Amino acid sequence: MSDTPQDTATADSDDAADPTAVQDLHGCPLTDSRGQDVLHVSRDRWVEVVKLLADDGYAMCVDLTGVDYSRFMDRELPSGVAPERFEVVANLLDMSNRRRIRLRVQVPESDARLDSLFDVHPGTEAMERETYDMFGVSFDGHPDPSRILMPEDWDGHPLRKDYGAGAIPVQFKGAPT
Amino acid sequence: MSTLATEGHQEMRPRSEITARELMRELGSVLRLSEAEAAKLGELPDDGDEDQTMVINMGPQHPSTHGVLRLMLELKGEAVLRCKPIIGYLHTGMEKTGEQLTFMQGGTNVTRMDYLSPLNNELVFSMATEKLLGIDGDIPERAVWMRMLLSELNRMSSHLLFMATNGMDLGAVSMMIYGWREREEVLRFFQKVTGLRMNHNFVRPGGLAADLPAGWRDDVLRLLDMLPERLEEYDILMTGQPIWRERLQGVGVITPTEALALGATGPILRSTGVEWDLRRDQPYLHYDDIDFDVVVGTYGDAFDRYAIRLNEIRESMKIVRQILDHMPEGDYRIQDKKVTPPPRARIDESMEALIHHFKIFTEGFRVPEGEVYVAIESPRGEIGCYIASDGSPTPYRMHMRAPSFVNIQCLPHMMRGGLVADAVAVISSVDPVLGEVDR
Repeated sequence: MSDTPQDTATADSDDAADPTAVQDLHGCPLTDSRGQDVLHVSRDRWVEVVKLLADDGYAMCVDLTGVDYSRFMDRELPSGVAPERFEVVANLLDMSNRRRIRLRVQVPESDARLDSLFDVHPGTEAMERETYDMFGVSFDGHPDPSRILMPEDWDGHPLRKDYGAGAIPVQFKGAPT
Repeated sequence: MSTLATEGHQEMRPRSEITARELMRELGSVLRLSEAEAAKLGELPDDGDEDQTMVINMGPQHPSTHGVLRLMLELKGEAVLRCKPIIGYLHTGMEKTGEQLTFMQGGTNVTRMDYLSPLNNELVFSMATEKLLGIDGDIPERAVWMRMLLSELNRMSSHLLFMATNGMDLGAVSMMIYGWREREEVLRFFQKVTGLRMNHNFVRPGGLAADLPAGWRDDVLRLLDMLPERLEEYDILMTGQPIWRERLQGVGVITPTEALALGATGPILRSTGVEWDLRRDQPYLHYDDIDFDVVVGTYGDAFDRYAIRLNEIRESMKIVRQILDHMPEGDYRIQDKKVTPPPRARIDESMEALIHHFKIFTEGFRVPEGEVYVAIESPRGEIGCYIASDGSPTPYRMHMRAPSFVNIQCLPHMMRGGLVADAVAVISSVDPVLGEVDR
């Protein structure tokens, strides 16, 4: 991503034409998706922002997953956030204030890696392994970066859009061959 | 795409081959420390020589692993030092399948994930779809209350099965028969309502597949009259028994901080004393109009988790009674032509209705672009559905946040220092459903 977070923040406040970017939080554009808060974090500030949010009360990371947007590159994003092939999505929960926030971070195909959240939220251990397994996004600093659902010698990442859904031909008894 | 197939081994490896952080994770200790910080603390726990320990595989075929969970345990004598859960034996790519099915067909897929609480899976999927469509506020009252009724009955059937399997795992074999027997009563009601005992595909975007059948109220009341007595029997059979207490109390202890750090939800989190129940704290459907208690534990051990589930059955019965009082008359699905097929009778008399019916079942309905995450309280914890839509009739990406998948990470932590025999009690108290762990 070319923009620094500070540039992103100023670009948003100047750009009145973008209706989705309503606020900014910790220097990242905060948008609203069907009434839910979504924060678009840049890749180099990923762990930093999650730590800041943890201090704000978002003490639990309930979910972390990926999306392969290679067939949907023209999706709606706040200005200053360049769409990349992969997105890693994390859902944080603030129990004391009963609120949630969703983080979306763009991860380019050419360098599909992201810093691990393990040090902040150890519960992301299995989720990051799953995201690596399914999308091929590696997590730097993860203590055990192995596949979790597929066999360890499996080739390819099943939830990528260029990975076919696949089917096994079924043989019926007495069917003409 | 990298040709590198894997970056590591899934199996537990000798201590000499792994980093300190991985070792700590497998020991289930020092959760919040980085490697540098841990090094400052001095030595890692001294577990003696490696030739004094033994690594054994428990599962994937072990009956107490509730399916195909495989645990690699490092043992010293009978004590468990390290534990690594290895999953994926039931992985069938359901999230990939979810991308091929329309929003209308999606229910058949998600209902098979947590096969012990299928209606909760359908409910969260339908709620996410409705939120994307922007019709989540327009669902008819009767549909909302019906959803609550089914969801709570499903919680009861799931916890009753837990009573059965937990009893069986710990040697109370007659409990297994009792638990299955009571669950069957609930499933019989589901069969009457939905046509199927499990995997109903009954809760659908926009409402439900059908109205409640005649006589449903009597069936529910019969269930509610029968269960308290049976639950008393469970209390006599298990709760007060010294053997039962000996086997569960103080076993598999987890602290609130650890449970929160590991992302544990549901009875595991509540057993540590953290009052967190999405039904009360982030109410969905009409749970805010209902009076019920959130059951919490104190010690975070296997006994607390057992007691919480037993008492949650009682709370669910309380909720169901209130639902019976509230259940309004009306439509069981939204009359939005976009998502609801026309009634059967209309098809015979109207060409447009026939075309509409055909289109909605062959092509499905288009869902506007966007992404949402909706979470509800399933019997096992927070079940969440993340859907990203590109405006087509199929989800661009459908992800389920499966509570068991996350909860299973607590196992190494709960097992450290315990006995192999307690390992069975610990797995059982986490109540994982491997269908949703592996999806």
